[in-house]
Amino acid sequence: MTTDTTVIAPESGNGAARKERISHLIQQHGALMVLFALIVVGTFGFDSFATPENAASVVVASSFTAIIAIGMTFVIISGGIDLSVGSLFVLGGVLAAWGSQYGAVVALLLPLLACGAVGLAQGLLIARTGMAPFIVTLAGLLGVRGLMLAISDEGATTYLVRDRTFAALGQGEILGLTYPVYITIVLALLGMLLLQRTGFGQNVYAIGGNEQAAALMGVPVARTKVYVYLMSGLLAGLAGALNAARLSSGVTILGIGLELDVIAAVVIGGTLLTGGAGGLTGTIAGVLLLGVIQSLINQVGNLTSSFQQVVSGAFLALVVIAQRLLSKAQRL
Amino acid sequence: MGTTDGPAAGKAPDGLGPVLEARGISKRFPGVLALDRVSLALRPGEVHALVGENGAGKSTLIKVFTGVHRPDEGELRYRGEPASFATPLDAQRSGISTIYQEVNLVPMMSVARNLMLGREPRNRFGVIDAARMNAEAERVLAGYGVETDVRRPLRTLGIGAQQMVALARAVSIDAKVVIMDEPTSSLEPREVATLFGVIRRLREQDIAVIYVSHRLEELYQVCDRVTVLRDGRLAHTGDIHELERIQLISLMLGRDVGEVRSGGLTRFSRDRGRAVTAEPVVEARGLKRRHVLQDVSVSVRPGEVVGLGGLLGAGRSETAKAIIGALPLDSGQVIVAGSPLRRRTTAGAIKAGISLLPEDRKAEGIIPTLSVRENIALAALPALARAGVVSDARIDQVVDTFMKRLRIKASSPHQKVSELSGGNQQKVLLARWLAMQPKVLILDEPTRGIDVGAKAEVQALIDELAEAGLGVLLISSDLEELVEGSDRILVLRDGAVVGELSGDEVTEERIMASIAEHSSTNPEEADAHG
Ligand SMILES: Nc1ncnc2c1ncn2[C@@H]1O[C@H](COP(=O)(O)OP(=O)(O)OP(=O)(O)O)[C@@H](O)[C@H]1O
Ligand SMILES: [Mg+2]
Repeated sequence: MTTDTTVIAPESGNGAARKERISHLIQQHGALMVLFALIVVGTFGFDSFATPENAASVVVASSFTAIIAIGMTFVIISGGIDLSVGSLFVLGGVLAAWGSQYGAVVALLLPLLACGAVGLAQGLLIARTGMAPFIVTLAGLLGVRGLMLAISDEGATTYLVRDRTFAALGQGEILGLTYPVYITIVLALLGMLLLQRTGFGQNVYAIGGNEQAAALMGVPVARTKVYVYLMSGLLAGLAGALNAARLSSGVTILGIGLELDVIAAVVIGGTLLTGGAGGLTGTIAGVLLLGVIQSLINQVGNLTSSFQQVVSGAFLALVVIAQRLLSKAQRL
Repeated sequence: MGTTDGPAAGKAPDGLGPVLEARGISKRFPGVLALDRVSLALRPGEVHALVGENGAGKSTLIKVFTGVHRPDEGELRYRGEPASFATPLDAQRSGISTIYQEVNLVPMMSVARNLMLGREPRNRFGVIDAARMNAEAERVLAGYGVETDVRRPLRTLGIGAQQMVALARAVSIDAKVVIMDEPTSSLEPREVATLFGVIRRLREQDIAVIYVSHRLEELYQVCDRVTVLRDGRLAHTGDIHELERIQLISLMLGRDVGEVRSGGLTRFSRDRGRAVTAEPVVEARGLKRRHVLQDVSVSVRPGEVVGLGGLLGAGRSETAKAIIGALPLDSGQVIVAGSPLRRRTTAGAIKAGISLLPEDRKAEGIIPTLSVRENIALAALPALARAGVVSDARIDQVVDTFMKRLRIKASSPHQKVSELSGGNQQKVLLARWLAMQPKVLILDEPTRGIDVGAKAEVQALIDELAEAGLGVLLISSDLEELVEGSDRILVLRDGAVVGELSGDEVTEERIMASIAEHSSTNPEEADAHG
C-alpha cells in the first residue's frame, strides 16, 4: 500500500512501523523475557534452583513487595511517586500486631484505616495544593518512620501477633503457597481490570500522559490522584499486615528502603518513571525478577546478600538505558 | 467605525435567543487585563468567527466560556439562564465541547482511547469493551478521512491527523455548542475541506460554532458572523459578509483601511530570482527512505530562499528532518558548505550551521516554565558569545529587538512563556531560531498561528536574513506565502521531487498544476481496500 488514499498514514514507513512495534513489545514485556531467561539459566546452572521449595520461597517472599508495587504502578503511571510505602508497610505491620489482641478483624482493619488515612492525606495535599508528590510522600516517609520509632521505643519493643486466625492469614497454605500469594494474585488481576478496563484506569493514563490535556478533556484530575495515593497507602498497609501475620510479629526495622525496591521493580517492569505508560503485568514480572536475582545470588553461595543490591542496581540502570533507547526508536 | 450591534441585531432570525452569551466579561491576569468588558452572543446554528491579533484575548474568552477561567466581572448565560461552569468537565457535560488551541490530547495513549476517553463503550459487566471501542473509533475516524490502526499511540500520527482526532472527539460528544480555537493551523487543504464539511453539518443540526482562526479567507468560507477583539476589548460584532477582508484586518490591527492597504498583505519585498552563483551552502543529495522519501535532492545557495511545495504526505517536513539528521535514511548525503556531514546526527548538523524550526512546536521546542528572554536566548548563546562570554546587555538587546519586531505581547521579557497566548509562544520560538544566526535556516510552517500583522513582519525578517547571505529553506502550506517568499520552488509529491519552478514560473497556478500533473498516474482516492 502506498500513500495516495484518504489514509492519513503515520510518518514512518512499514519497516519503521515494524521496528516500532517490536520495540514497544520489548518495552512492555522485556522484564518477562529476562525473567524467563534467568529461570532457564538458574535451572541448568544450579541443581537446587528449580525445586518446588525454592520456587515457593521466591514467590512467597515476593508477594508482599508485589502488593505494594501494584499501588505504586498506578501512582507512577499517573505521573507521581510514593516514597511513603516503606514506612506505611512497617506501620501496617505494627498496628496489625498490636491490634491482634482485639481479634483478627481489628488486626486487619486498623492498618488499612491508618495507612489509608495517610495515603488519603498525601493524595489530598498533592491533588489540591499542587505540591510535588516527591516532597509530600518524602514527608510521609519521615513522619511515619518517626512515629514508628516513637511507639516502639526506638525499635526496642516488638509487638507480637496474639490472634490465631489472623496469623493463619499469613501462614496458611494451599498447594505449598501461603495465602498472601493468592491474595496478591487476586489483587493483581483486579488491578489489571481497573487499569485497563475502567474509566478510572484510563484517567490515570491520561493524567500521566498529559495532565493539562486530561483536565481539558474532562478528566477529574484531582479526584483521580487522591484515589491513586489512597490506594497506594491501603495496599502498603495491607502488605504490612499480611507480613506481620506471616512473621507473627510487627517488626519496626523492616521496610527501610523498601519503597526503592518497589519503585525499581515497577520501572524494571516497563512503566515509565515519567508517567503515562506501563502496566501491571510488567510490574509483577519486575518483582519476580528481583526475587529470582536474589535467589540466584543465594545459590552462588559465597556471595553476601548485599551483592544482590549491586546486581539489582546494575540491572535497573540497564533497564532505564534500554527504555530510553526504545522510546527513541518508537518516536522516529 | 462600528462597535457593537444594537439589540435588534442580537436577535436570531427564527426568534430563538442566543444559546451562549457573554455579558460584559472582564478577566485580569497579573500585569494584563486580558478581557475588558467583552460581550458576545452566539445564536443556535450559526458559525461565529472570533478574530484578533495574537494576545487579543480570544483563547481567554473561550476559557471563560468553558470553565477553565473564572471571569472577574460580568455574566455568562447558557440557553437563556445565568451559568457558571466550575470545570471544563462541567461545561462539557452541559453540552459545550471545545478544541483548545495548545493542548488537546494525550500523545502516549492510543488513538482510540484518546477519542473515547470518558465515554468508552462498556460490556454488561460495566468494564470497557476494548474491541468495541476500537471498532467504534475506527468507524468514527473514517468519517473524518483518517484511516489508521487506532491502537497505535496517538503521537505516531502526523499533527494534522491528531488534530482531526481532536475534532472528531469534540464533535462526537453530544453538544449544543462547539468551540474551535485555531483548528486549522496544522491542517492541510484536504483536511480543512473535511473540517468545513463537519462544520456545515453542525450548522444544519442547529449547533452553534465559535471558530477562531488567523486564516482570514477561511472565515469567509464558513462563518456567518464575526466578533473582533483588540487588546482585550470588543472592536466589532456583525455579519462577516458585510466586511471586506481589508476592513476586517484594519479592525483587528486598529489601523485605517488605507494604511493597511498600502502596507500590503504579505511583506516580502526583495528582488526575486536574482541569479545566485555562489556555491550552495547546503546540498542534500539523493535522500532516500523507504515509503517516505524517494531520491530527493535539494540545494540552497547563500542569499536564496528555496520553497518546498506539495500536499500532505508529500515529504516536505520529512525532507527537512532528513537534512537536519532527525530522520534515519536508507541512503543519501548532506553537504554543508562543501563538506559532507560525516555522522548524520542533529547535533552535528546544528554544529555545521543548519537549524530547523520544526513543524510540531508543542513537542519540540518551547520550554514553558522558562521566561521569554531565556527561551529566545537559549539556542543563540553560542552565536552571541565573545570568547565564550555572553554579556547580559547583548542578550537584552537581541531579545528586545525580536520582541519588538515580532510584536511579542508579554508583560516583560521575564514573563513565563506558558503565560503567553498561543500565537505569541510561536513567535518566541521563531525568534529563537532567527537569533541563532545559522548558515542555513529551515523553516517549517513559520507563520502558523501567527496573526496577519506579525506575519508580514516574519516575512520581512526572512527576506532580511536572505539578504544578509543566509540560505533559507521554506515550507509553507500557505501558497501565497510560499510564492511571495521563494526564489525557487521544488514541488514534492509522494516523497519525490516532481517539479522545479524558478523566476517567472513561481506562481500559485504553476505549483497547483505541477502537483496535479503528477497525480494522474495515481489510482483514484480511497476505498481501494473496501
Ligand atoms: N495564564 C495566564 N497568565 C498570565 N497571562 C495570561 C495567561 N493566559 C493568557 N494571558 C495573557 O492574556 C492575553 C490574552 O491571551 P489569549 O491567549 O487570550 O490571546 P489569543 O487572542 O488567544 O491570542 P493567539 O492568537 O495568540 O492565540 C495575553 O496578553 C496573554 O499573555
Ligand atoms: Mg489563542
